[in-house]
Amino acid sequence: MQLIIKILRKPITSTIIAILCGFFVASIILSLAGYNSIQTINVMFNGVFSRPKSIANVIIKSTPIILTGLSVAFAFKTGLFNIGAEGQYIMGTIFAVIMGIQFDFVPYIQVPLVIFSGMIAGALYGGIVGLLKSKFGIHEVITSIMLNWIALYMSNFIANTSVFHKPNTTGTYVINESSFTQVLYKWKTSRAGIAYLKNNSFLSDILLRTDLNYGIIIAIVLAIFISFFLLKTTKGFELRAVGLNNHASEFAGIDVKKNILHSMLIAGALSGLAGALTITGMSPHNISTISVFEGNGLNGLSVALIANSSPIGCIFAGLLFSGLIYGGQSVQSEVGVPSEIINIMIGTIVFFVALTRLIPQLANVFEKKVGKKNAN
Amino acid sequence: MKKILIALLLILSLLAFAGCSTNTKDNGNDEFIVAMVTNSGGVNDESFNSSAWEGLQRLSDETGVKVTYLESNQATDYLTNLDKLADQNCNLIWAIGFGMADSIITASSNNPDINYAIVDYSYEETPSNVTGVMFRAQESSFLVGYIAGKTTKSNQVGFVGGIENDVNVQFEYGYKAGVDYASKELGKEILVSSQYIESFGDTAKAKATASKMLLDGCDIIFHAAGGAGVGVIEAAKDANKYVIGVDKDQISLAPENVLTSSLKLVGNAVDIISKDFINGENIGGKTLTFGLKEDCVGIPDSNPNMDPKIYEDAMKLKQKIVDGFIQPPSNRQEYDEYKLTL
Repeated sequence: MQLIIKILRKPITSTIIAILCGFFVASIILSLAGYNSIQTINVMFNGVFSRPKSIANVIIKSTPIILTGLSVAFAFKTGLFNIGAEGQYIMGTIFAVIMGIQFDFVPYIQVPLVIFSGMIAGALYGGIVGLLKSKFGIHEVITSIMLNWIALYMSNFIANTSVFHKPNTTGTYVINESSFTQVLYKWKTSRAGIAYLKNNSFLSDILLRTDLNYGIIIAIVLAIFISFFLLKTTKGFELRAVGLNNHASEFAGIDVKKNILHSMLIAGALSGLAGALTITGMSPHNISTISVFEGNGLNGLSVALIANSSPIGCIFAGLLFSGLIYGGQSVQSEVGVPSEIINIMIGTIVFFVALTRLIPQLANVFEKKVGKKNAN
Repeated sequence: MKKILIALLLILSLLAFAGCSTNTKDNGNDEFIVAMVTNSGGVNDESFNSSAWEGLQRLSDETGVKVTYLESNQATDYLTNLDKLADQNCNLIWAIGFGMADSIITASSNNPDINYAIVDYSYEETPSNVTGVMFRAQESSFLVGYIAGKTTKSNQVGFVGGIENDVNVQFEYGYKAGVDYASKELGKEILVSSQYIESFGDTAKAKATASKMLLDGCDIIFHAAGGAGVGVIEAAKDANKYVIGVDKDQISLAPENVLTSSLKLVGNAVDIISKDFINGENIGGKTLTFGLKEDCVGIPDSNPNMDPKIYEDAMKLKQKIVDGFIQPPSNRQEYDEYKLTL
């Protein structure tokens, strides 16, 4: 019994139990909707793990949501709810596209240029929210929701500006190849590369058939760095102190306003980076006219919630979320479940993961029972 | 308490095993799998995606092949979705929408054994396993232009377009030519004002543009502005004038004001090409165009707001286009040449 209590107290167990519960309830929903739930979940797992390239695709698609998740989690540590990650992400894509089309330097200069301009655009966009909050006390949720829409329409505007608009399409030109961040892009598209890859099915599977890019490395390094920054540096301590109790921090001599601004700048930069890396690393390498949000920033909210705002946790939460989405698409084409049901399924799983905090309480209940027995 | 819980769990797990129905259709013919990738509108967009999916379902009912679809949420999904379907051994994969043009090139070179077809796009150099599918929208636009010309009382009609590109100008010049045809037949001058709103989503701008046209004396407006066209329909409703819908029968949006619609029946083209493919015809490496003759564009059968006499005339005109006596122009140059023949 003691062992069970011990295991239940570990955060990782509660997450696993929550995921299992999520799958169980999701399977009930599926069968109520008239689908074979065992087969469906089987197809979902197969869609993710059956081939090296599907795992690669899950990793590729997790990169932007890990970063936006990180952005939301970071702002949350300073007590800010960064629902504007979507807008900052879009600004990142816009400026990455502009720089990627306008300039064509050697990759060593071009890639950092494109990525940093996306990052700076995101940071400034987040900074507007931070500035309004710190100077005038306007709530960040309201301003950032509005800024999300402004970013969406700005993106559509850029996509239709004659300089960037590619005739007879709904989007812009593709950015110059020198800004691509796919792994070995030059080599794998060259004649020698294709000839070599033909004989190596594993490599051609993950290199030729996916957009495997360096983004995930940046995302993981940043997650570790943000974790270190928050926990081990003075600035991180200040930011967290503001998040925990801003009155107490002010009393202790921490400049609350400045920290709110800084927090939003960094959070914005992370989301903008996510946007820039999507443009440089994933086809179609451009932006198109959109009528609804693509959801990379909003999925970041879910990722941060699943991770309980832990920067390292965002890596795993991002992978889980991206696996659910990617596997869910297999379910659609192979089993024929409509996307609405799949989204309900994903929602259920995320919902249960968000409830993980109930599990340690279960441990408390067990402990009380054991305690009573021992007393008797 | 425990027993009840166990009983509940048992019932639930029984439920989990029960029931097995799918909406991928499999009518026994396992030789072929035909699939489609939607654009970000999703399969229930009431437009090209849903029309294409209906076409595929009809195909499955008639020939027994397996059909399936995959929805894209964002542009980065295109390539992975096309790839997923290739893994499922699909023989023919449809891309609904020209946004996927570049992704199709990548996918088709990765999978030379699979045939691809893309709606609304023609490549300069089409790979041997890719089929471009274009619509002669100028033909249905010609018909609605003729109808507008015959119906107008103010002798002034309008056209509101989305973004000016090769596909969209087909509507404009087909329409203008149709109006001219009617004006010659009636022996009176009919003015066409046309304007592009530089967007397919800006409903407000579409409404403002259309209202201005109606104020200026137009009494019928044809819109080819995609989703933004709803604004044109609203403007016509407010002014109680006529509007001509696009792509699908839009009468339900304004039962009193929609005169007719210029239909683009993507599903029929999907059906025709897929059947040709199943019958072993070589469809790759070229761009196919579809029009009135193949029943892939047209006007609805029932038009409650239209004079039955005009409908009959329009049907006669349709026959002339089908037989090739009239070739509606699809761009400015062709339109100028066409005007000389009138």
